Amino acid sequence: MRNGTFWALAIVVGIVLLVVTRLVTNEYFFFAGYVVLQYIVLSTAWNILGGYTGYTNFGTAAFFALGAYTAVVLHKTTTLPIPIMMVAGGVVSGIVGLGMGYLTLRLRGVFFAIATLAMAIVVQTFIVNWDYVGGSRGIYIIRPQQAPLTGSYIEYLYSIMLIMAVISVAIARTIERSRLGLGFAAIRDDELAAEAGGVPTLRLKLIATALSGALMGMAGAPLPYYVTYLDPASSFNLAYAVNSVAMPVIGGMTSWIGPVIGAVLLGTIQQLATVTISSALNLLIVGLLLILFVIIAPNGIVGLVRSRRRARSAAAVPAPQPATREAA
Amino acid sequence: MIVSLDLLMNAIVSGLLLGGFYAAVTVGVTVSFGMLDIANIAQPAFILLGCYAAYMTNSALGLDPVLTGFIMLPVFFVIGMAVYRLYYFAFERRGEQAIQGLAFFFGLLFVAEVSLVLVFGVDYRFVEAPYIGPSLHLGLIDLPLRMLVPFAVSLAMIGVLQLYLTRSFIGRAILAVSQDSLALQLMAASPIRIKQIAFGISIATCALAGAFLIIIQPVEPSIGRDYIGRIFAICVLGGMTSFPGMVVAALLIGIVESITATFYGPSWAPAVAFGFLLLTLAVRPAGLLGRT
Repeated sequence: MRNGTFWALAIVVGIVLLVVTRLVTNEYFFFAGYVVLQYIVLSTAWNILGGYTGYTNFGTAAFFALGAYTAVVLHKTTTLPIPIMMVAGGVVSGIVGLGMGYLTLRLRGVFFAIATLAMAIVVQTFIVNWDYVGGSRGIYIIRPQQAPLTGSYIEYLYSIMLIMAVISVAIARTIERSRLGLGFAAIRDDELAAEAGGVPTLRLKLIATALSGALMGMAGAPLPYYVTYLDPASSFNLAYAVNSVAMPVIGGMTSWIGPVIGAVLLGTIQQLATVTISSALNLLIVGLLLILFVIIAPNGIVGLVRSRRRARSAAAVPAPQPATREAA
Repeated sequence: MIVSLDLLMNAIVSGLLLGGFYAAVTVGVTVSFGMLDIANIAQPAFILLGCYAAYMTNSALGLDPVLTGFIMLPVFFVIGMAVYRLYYFAFERRGEQAIQGLAFFFGLLFVAEVSLVLVFGVDYRFVEAPYIGPSLHLGLIDLPLRMLVPFAVSLAMIGVLQLYLTRSFIGRAILAVSQDSLALQLMAASPIRIKQIAFGISIATCALAGAFLIIIQPVEPSIGRDYIGRIFAICVLGGMTSFPGMVVAALLIGIVESITATFYGPSWAPAVAFGFLLLTLAVRPAGLLGRT
């Protein structure tokens, strides 16, 4: 897909979703859609670090919750609009990501992964002990009576998250095709060779961690207004971490479309399963799908499609059409 | 704050006892992560399985939890070997251990937790045994038996494992795999088979560690998570491969956690191990007793 086509398509998808939602009268659509869009942001953000540079982050929940709690603090002290809170949440999570990366990214990837798990618990312990934001009791957030734009408040949140999703996918795609993305891929494929080839690996990894963390924080900032009651147990839920790993793995980690496919697919399945079956069982489905995909299709759905396309173009050697770009 | 001596002494002693238990929890990861280079972050899930095995036999048959732990050892050993088989065929053979392998174990951890929730619910479960409750008194110091029994059995288990690794043929082959698996292959031994046995041992320790855990505190499916950071903190702090280093690190973290819980409140205790882990990774990744 060329650049122009992508942007046109992104804008069209955005506008269509916004317009279609004007026609929807059922509020539940916004509640469910918000969650799916939030997962698009989270899995895209995870993929910038995990898919492009190959460093696994199990601490998504921590970055996400930091964004949410930044919003809580701002809500109690100021009357800023949500988009500004999202920027603030992004800054906080980005700085934490940077510090975290600086401490551990000089070591092997496994240590980084374990450290992110550990960090999630440290941050959670601080929040649990911080009474100002509710501590372990949690905190109630009262939404403003009137949404800043037309429509209901949940519609407003949905629109914000929609814009956020389009922005983060655009960022991921831009990175993928830039020098930065090439550097990331070099780190993922062979860090030592990249370092020897003059790629500033530590700096690139820090950029990836900070950016990935910041996007997660931005996704978390509207959460207090969405749930209206925020507590550490739910905001640091392991489900966020599992989902943000599972979605890119299932969709495909090497391309920007992978996390989007994974998030839409898994997010929708979970919304349906939560309503029709039970919420514990739908988490089990996510876990099993994650295990199944890493074993059978490590390159995800995108990988499956690509290898099929390649096989087909290889089978039809004197093809009437030119071979696909991947094969060329 | 006035620190009273007997409070401090009691905190240190209960920290030591706690540390002995942490050593039992970590020993499996020292084998799998330290020696085999398999980052098994699903270890807490197997420990929880050990807990629930002890709980079921205890509530249904009135069996002693530690005894159950011993009975379950071979079962867990076989489970461990099967998991390694799967891991080997799916990842190690294709050279894709790094990110996919981690995601695999993460998925395993999550699936185990959710399955336990579905089967047992989120209620706290506990076991009954004659040594849960009473404690010994030595002067000012209390020695609760529910901590003392896991402490003693745990150190005994680690001692036996250490002897096994340094004296027996297969044990020494496991150490050889951890040092240079190509060299072992040249000696006509199969690294895969040795690794499979070693991974089996690392999971088998969870049968006992799980029994200890449910003796020490009531258990519900999500507490396993708290142990991930603790386990890896101890493993890294102890220098990854050495049992003595690991035991020292476990006792140290036990003491620091217990002192933190006594003087600042138990809600701060989880942050201790993780703080330690981050600090160690940043400052001294080779561990306390490690070289370089």
